[in-house]
Amino acid sequence: MSSLINIQTKPEETPAASTERSPSVDVTGLREKLESAKGPEFWRSLEQLAGTADIQKFLDDEFPERTPDWKDPAKRRDFLKVMGASLALAGLSACTKQPAEAIVPYVRQPEDLVPGKPLFYATARPCSGGAIGVLAESHMGRPTKVEGNPSHPASMGATDTFTQASILDLWDPDRAQTVTRNGQISSWINFIAVFGGARDDHATRQGTGLRILSAPFSSPTLASQAAAFLAAMPQAKWHQWEPVTRIPGYHPVYNFAAADVIVSLDSDFLACGPASVRYSRDFAAKRRVMTAETPTQQKQALQRGPNEDRPEGAAANQTNARESVAGQATMSRLYVAEGTPSVTGAKADHRIRIKTSEVPAFAATLANALGAGGSAGTLSGNAAQRIPAIARDLQAHRGSSLIIAGDFQPPAVHALAHAMNQAMGNVGKTVSYAAPMDFNPTDGIQSLRELVADMNAGKVQTLLILGSNPVYDAPADLGFTDAIKKVKLRARLGHAFDETSAYCQWHIPEAHYLESWSDTRAFDGTTTILQPLIEPLYGSISAHQILSVLLNQSDTNPHDIVKQYWTGRVRAANFNAWWQRALHDGIVPDTAAPLSTSPGLPAAGASPQASQGGLEIVFRPDPAIWDGCFSNNGWLQELSKPQNKMTWDNAVWISPATAKAQGLDTADIVEINYQGRKVQGPIWIMPGHAEDSITVHLGYGRTRAGRVGNGVGFNAYALRTSDAPWVGSGARLRKTGRYWFATTQHMQEMDDREPVKVMSLADYSKDPEVEAERLPRELTMYPPFSYAGYKWGMAIDLNACTGCQACTVACQAENNIPVVGKDQVSRGRHMNWLRVDRYHRGKAEDPETYYQPVPCMHCEDAPCEVVCPVAATVHSGDGLNQMVYNRCVGTRYCSNNCPYKVRRFNFYLYSDWYTKSLYGVRNPDVTVRSRGVMEKCTFCVQRINAAKIESEKEDRRIQDGEILTACQQVCPAAAIVFGDINDPNSKVAKLKAQPRNYSLLEELNTRPRTTYQARLRNINPEIEKG
Amino acid sequence: MAQIFPRSANSVAKVSIVAGVILAGTIVGAAYTIDRGHFITNVSIAPDQPVPFSHKHHVTDDGIDCRYCHTSVESSSFAGLPPTETCMSCHSQIWNNAAMLEPVRASYRTGESLSWTRVHDLPDFVYFNHSIHVNKGVGCATCHGRVDLMPLTYKVNTLYMNWCLECHRQPEKYVRPRDQVFNMSYEPPPNQLELGRELVAKYKIQKLTDCVTCHR
Repeated sequence: MSSLINIQTKPEETPAASTERSPSVDVTGLREKLESAKGPEFWRSLEQLAGTADIQKFLDDEFPERTPDWKDPAKRRDFLKVMGASLALAGLSACTKQPAEAIVPYVRQPEDLVPGKPLFYATARPCSGGAIGVLAESHMGRPTKVEGNPSHPASMGATDTFTQASILDLWDPDRAQTVTRNGQISSWINFIAVFGGARDDHATRQGTGLRILSAPFSSPTLASQAAAFLAAMPQAKWHQWEPVTRIPGYHPVYNFAAADVIVSLDSDFLACGPASVRYSRDFAAKRRVMTAETPTQQKQALQRGPNEDRPEGAAANQTNARESVAGQATMSRLYVAEGTPSVTGAKADHRIRIKTSEVPAFAATLANALGAGGSAGTLSGNAAQRIPAIARDLQAHRGSSLIIAGDFQPPAVHALAHAMNQAMGNVGKTVSYAAPMDFNPTDGIQSLRELVADMNAGKVQTLLILGSNPVYDAPADLGFTDAIKKVKLRARLGHAFDETSAYCQWHIPEAHYLESWSDTRAFDGTTTILQPLIEPLYGSISAHQILSVLLNQSDTNPHDIVKQYWTGRVRAANFNAWWQRALHDGIVPDTAAPLSTSPGLPAAGASPQASQGGLEIVFRPDPAIWDGCFSNNGWLQELSKPQNKMTWDNAVWISPATAKAQGLDTADIVEINYQGRKVQGPIWIMPGHAEDSITVHLGYGRTRAGRVGNGVGFNAYALRTSDAPWVGSGARLRKTGRYWFATTQHMQEMDDREPVKVMSLADYSKDPEVEAERLPRELTMYPPFSYAGYKWGMAIDLNACTGCQACTVACQAENNIPVVGKDQVSRGRHMNWLRVDRYHRGKAEDPETYYQPVPCMHCEDAPCEVVCPVAATVHSGDGLNQMVYNRCVGTRYCSNNCPYKVRRFNFYLYSDWYTKSLYGVRNPDVTVRSRGVMEKCTFCVQRINAAKIESEKEDRRIQDGEILTACQQVCPAAAIVFGDINDPNSKVAKLKAQPRNYSLLEELNTRPRTTYQARLRNINPEIEKG
Repeated sequence: MAQIFPRSANSVAKVSIVAGVILAGTIVGAAYTIDRGHFITNVSIAPDQPVPFSHKHHVTDDGIDCRYCHTSVESSSFAGLPPTETCMSCHSQIWNNAAMLEPVRASYRTGESLSWTRVHDLPDFVYFNHSIHVNKGVGCATCHGRVDLMPLTYKVNTLYMNWCLECHRQPEKYVRPRDQVFNMSYEPPPNQLELGRELVAKYKIQKLTDCVTCHR
């Protein structure tokens, strides 16, 4: 699936030449145009806003890059000859005899396994500072997909992009496959022999000179092993380091379900952090505005069919609708103060654009206005003017407001946020603090600094690195790479043989979470016991086993280690029954950490460095590949980042005005000179970015990630220092060249047709009917068709959608969607069936941002169907727009005729048919497509069919909610609802009956089955004219 | 200038028109015959198997029910192939020295699966579900033929789409009462159409001809 096209087929042109096809690259005179332009109300890119000619070609043609016209008559004749011959041969190729296939039964079949039916096992994916509970799908012992565990507090049935993509890491062909010593194949037994010797040697000196480095972890079993190890060797030391980490020992737990007014101080709580999935769910619940319908309306909605045209009926009922709305349309209001555009910022009703380094001053000023300490500081822009209004809004919602400090803000800002919450009476209501749950909470940078100092001083003889990759991601000023060479014995447990492994004599392949026993705790302390779905593919080892060697224990079976730990701690009458229950449920009962009202923050550290002139530089984990641990994951590399729809790269984000002042354009390569360190990266002009500031994303520029991640993007860790891990100042830029991006923001463009509908809550309360050009049903040439049985439809609530793109990755995992590589993406050939479009509205400097997921609309009068010459796309009796791969001959007429541009064509053999390990990840219920075939969203017809068959066997109708499409199941905000619109009581029918409901490009009268609910903005009237 | 073509050329030309048509027809006909013939469709051809398993012996002589081995046929898309353990439940006691069964014993001993050659192999873009067919009254023998009379297993139908559609369009011609599904020697009654219509109504059998019923 992670097709390696990007490796196998080099870009056919040099980057310099290929800038021609990358419209974001050459924007001649963009700045002048921007100033004078009067672009569309909703725009996708600055180029569109400025009306640059380059992007017109993406409007004229979905795939502007194609074979040039045949001009030479002789050549044209040759072409026809070749064409005729290949057509004849193509016909013959259908005559091949079907090859014989083996069928291999079990020797001893597991008892609860029904061949052909998947089994689901509860486990959890540990992530930085927490875990997400999952139900992992296994097809005859082969894990293929992960879904959220509905009873897990961090999941609620949903997951994020990383969890969805983590299944691909299990089958990653570049995983370390054997224990190596100095690059030669060795074995676990040899490692135990050598390391056991070292251990015995250190034991005579109480562990002096033995060091362990790991990421912070919450596993109770590992913590107990670590404690036992440190007790046995008191002079040994356990260091902890992770590039993206939070304040140690500080675990705020927010309750968005009780929050009416939320102020985020640079907090990206909807996308970052171990609880983002849960917070998205709770936040969206407070934003869901439903109009209670009068019985007449419901009846009428039923009569006309929920997605049929409403105007006649609705017009008559507007009075009713108004009455029912008045006074009850409430939703929470979100203020976000930030410098780097984030997913949370895009959801804000009011986004206050300030520099990241100004956030502490903003917090202090707001605290001052609330009488919660803090002194008013000076703020740039209009931030200061907005504070009084925000303060009044907060004061009007005592006990139901919430002030959140961002994970990457210093402890002082968190202390201010706590003081404000306390003053507003929110503590204990919308925010409380969980007791520390990590093993030995440690400041990572301090811990790493000590380790480096000791290594340089020759105090470290043996270093064991469990998972961390400090050679790649340690702060640049610490000099970790030089220091590690001074250690005599170095061993590394890691997923792949990466940068750090190259500096260690021993490399041990690390077990993936789906192939190992362990345990972990979620953001609120809830514990899950991890159970493996498969034997380690390559004899991989878990950290528990390494610790067991260090503890000189003979039993190194991770199952026994974990079970042993819990045996001693559970007071259950029947431990085995307890154990089975805990594994089955995916949560250990009564393990949530106790909540308190005191934050337990460390004393405020050194105040941030004084500004040194130059530009502010902000470091952020990448929205797609996080800190670099997902670099070799093709699904995530090709995921277009929510903010700029860019794939396969990171960039230097800069605001339009600052770019102008620096004389820079998008795709200029600049040399960033920061504290004497230099790194080159391409510029991306980012609407909404703070002035005099740049943002760089971590995780790129890997050299030993594997075939997908090597050499992609630039390494921002090379600039990051230990004293300013998240924001620094004094960066200088110098233009050195040009670059080309693969961004999807111009692709699948629907022209200037207002695909996104937005209303203010105030307007909605007056008249909830969304504006749309609705045509009467009679204006069609097609004969009417009554969908008597099921009538499948989808509703997507734009007010809930956060744009996180978990749906895109879930769809990719469910439907065997290939990865195509940067070169192909830049040609408009990405394959994602479900894309999330991003629109801006307003000024280029500080626009509003809107997201819109676009799957196939499954139009009842589908324009694609009538143009297919071979009937490869036709309609089903329940209203699905079917795509039949085996009939498709690849004319692409359908894609050309699709107004929504949701069809994807296999220009090459994108599915990787040759990498054996990737066979494992494929969903056996979905065809793996070949070259020359059109494909698109099927509404997860494999799930529909499975539910249909089960219901038929039981002689009943499918119940509402029985079928969850992959995108619906994964959605953290529960924004996507699928179901039978013939059933007036189904959730989807009720959503479609809402006055906010509208169809995309309704004026075309294609009668889409997928409809949207308009976005609402809860504007504070005091700062409306800000 | 002398004539290039002799007089006989006229006859040759006339004959060649007819002969050409016949030749073209023969070629097309031959191609079609080969394409639909046993060589391509594998109908009636019993592939080599690691053990010459006889359904005739096990079903007809021993009276073992289909579901003893094909356990998931009523509940899953896949009918299920018996694990070695199932074979050994009898063959550890009977014929436990037969040379013919050595691969089975070896599999049980070593834990290595037997590797059979698929007889009924649908293309990978076709998704067939056994359980729904069995539950709606399609007998085993309707598609698989009299497996109970086959010493070596072969398929009796092409499993081509036009063959599937024959029943999907007119299920009343083929369905039988649910309790007769596993009866290999069931013969449709003379009033099959009448009974079929009754069963179609009773079992709520739909005429599923949507593409996504099988292709996805």
